[in-house]
Amino acid sequence: MMTTTTPTSVDSHRPPLGWFVSDCVAIGKRQIKTFLRSPSTFFFALFQPVLFVLLFSFVFGGAIPIGNGLNYREFLLPGIFAQTVTFAVAAATVGIAEDAQKGIMDRFRTLPVNQASVMVGRSFSEMVERIMVISIMSLTGLVVGWRTHTPWTQVLGGYGIYLLFAYALTWTGLFVGLTVPNVQVAQTAGVAWVFPLTFLSNVFVPTKGMPHFLQVFAEWNPISSVALAGRQQFGNPVVGVGTSWPTQHAALLAVGWSLTLIAVFSTLAVRRFKAKRD
Amino acid sequence: MTLAIEARGIDKTFDGVRALVGIDLDVEQGTVVGLLGPNGAGKTTMVRILSTLILPTAGYAKVAGFDVVTQSDEVRKSIGLTGQYAAVDEFLTGRENLRMFGSLYHLPGKLAKARADELLEQFSLTDAADRTLKTYSGGMRRRLDLAASLIATPSILFLDEPTTGLDPRSRLGMWEVINSLVATGTTVLLTTQYLEEADQLASRIVVIDRGAVIANGTSDELKTQVGGDRLEVVMKDAQSLAACADALRPLASSEIVTTAVTRTVVAPVAGGSAVLPDAIRALDAAGIQFADIALRRPTLDDVFLSLTGHVAEEEEAASGKKRRRKGAGA
Repeated sequence: MMTTTTPTSVDSHRPPLGWFVSDCVAIGKRQIKTFLRSPSTFFFALFQPVLFVLLFSFVFGGAIPIGNGLNYREFLLPGIFAQTVTFAVAAATVGIAEDAQKGIMDRFRTLPVNQASVMVGRSFSEMVERIMVISIMSLTGLVVGWRTHTPWTQVLGGYGIYLLFAYALTWTGLFVGLTVPNVQVAQTAGVAWVFPLTFLSNVFVPTKGMPHFLQVFAEWNPISSVALAGRQQFGNPVVGVGTSWPTQHAALLAVGWSLTLIAVFSTLAVRRFKAKRD
Repeated sequence: MTLAIEARGIDKTFDGVRALVGIDLDVEQGTVVGLLGPNGAGKTTMVRILSTLILPTAGYAKVAGFDVVTQSDEVRKSIGLTGQYAAVDEFLTGRENLRMFGSLYHLPGKLAKARADELLEQFSLTDAADRTLKTYSGGMRRRLDLAASLIATPSILFLDEPTTGLDPRSRLGMWEVINSLVATGTTVLLTTQYLEEADQLASRIVVIDRGAVIANGTSDELKTQVGGDRLEVVMKDAQSLAACADALRPLASSEIVTTAVTRTVVAPVAGGSAVLPDAIRALDAAGIQFADIALRRPTLDDVFLSLTGHVAEEEEAASGKKRRRKGAGA
């Protein structure tokens, strides 16, 4: 034993930014492999959204009139995209809380690397998962009759809004996961804010049917802005939106919300990760 | 002499509870020091301070010549840490885990691969290298965990209870691995609840209890202090405990302890295995019937009994609870 030891000189020819990127990649690769090899995570992340599409298309859809003979499935899909990227946050929250409990976080925190890369790499890997989910949902949508009616550049813009929002929520989820004391709390805290926020929005139904105060809340809800912006970008039915400022500037508001959340929660999450307990 | 680890007056308070009280600790370069104590004594808290994971409330510590508070980046370049919970990813294979850490320690790609293969070989994990850790036994995980902390050949290694929860065979395997590391000149700070383990691996032992150092010396010094081996007699009934203690008193090197619940008489004895036949003769001469008799090495409980007058107690100290929140900062 221990007869040969490769000299482990650290490669110092790379600039700090280069190291930061390679550290992010190493962490990101780990996350993606973990995601692909964990059957339950994989199942819930991919099949739950597909089930939602099928459920609302075939079960509830017939009972939710959106008026004017418009296609509910074309109304639904952009909403369900927003719902899915929001629900996915719960997994990010639980995932990082689990890591923290297992001790692998401690090892990451004793590495001689820029500690921010552990969080940034993780946030990127979460995005790879979101892209997979949105792709699969789009295909499911196409199967059940959803179509886009705008030039491809505008469609891409729509997807861009979803991914930006997904990235913002990922940081929110990572921060929550680092803040809760254990996995059990993470499982509750991860979805506690997600459920009310998703259903008090225009995701499944037009906001005009809601009582006034709920309508105002739902219109300013970032999930509504994202769903509405998506409908506009894809040329899908936009119904019962009224003339309020948030409904008139959905795309702007969606991007604004996302950038604000990213700025706030990426800072908080990285600081939380780096912090030493007093 | 060069100190790899030097700590002075380390205090740590969690929410008003003092987990560490003025700990001084010196570890000479290339030696192994065992930090011995029961659960909740503060061993893990001490290791977490020295490995830059938490800040001390008071006092200072230098690791590899760098201050753990103000120069934590430099400290991290010189240390490896293996905690109580295997800090490796169970969905990755053994090889993938090691390569990931190699790359995070900024080893050039080829070197990271070579180093991973080398460690897998050294830790007898080559056959399992391409299986995910979910298929590994507890002992294999610990070995991989240790391998991961060695990927960048750190000069100082922290081993926090490396064998807790392992079966006896895996424990022996871990000891062998740790001993071979020490032979290469690595400085090791080891925490353990087992006197036997500290005895096997460490050249010096620091005993801590309730956050304070209560003894410090070589293994031999410590054993002399606790009075050598223990003669343990199990009686058939509790009535004859006192008579047995009386019969053994001439052989004992210090106070004899009797425990009614377990019907045992424990006598500290000097002079090694020659004591055993003497003891049997003495009991026979006194006409005392016993169920079992054995000569054993002192345990942590014996050490605590002779050093503090109480047995090693598990304390619900703040450090134990806080560990569950290790990912959280503040």
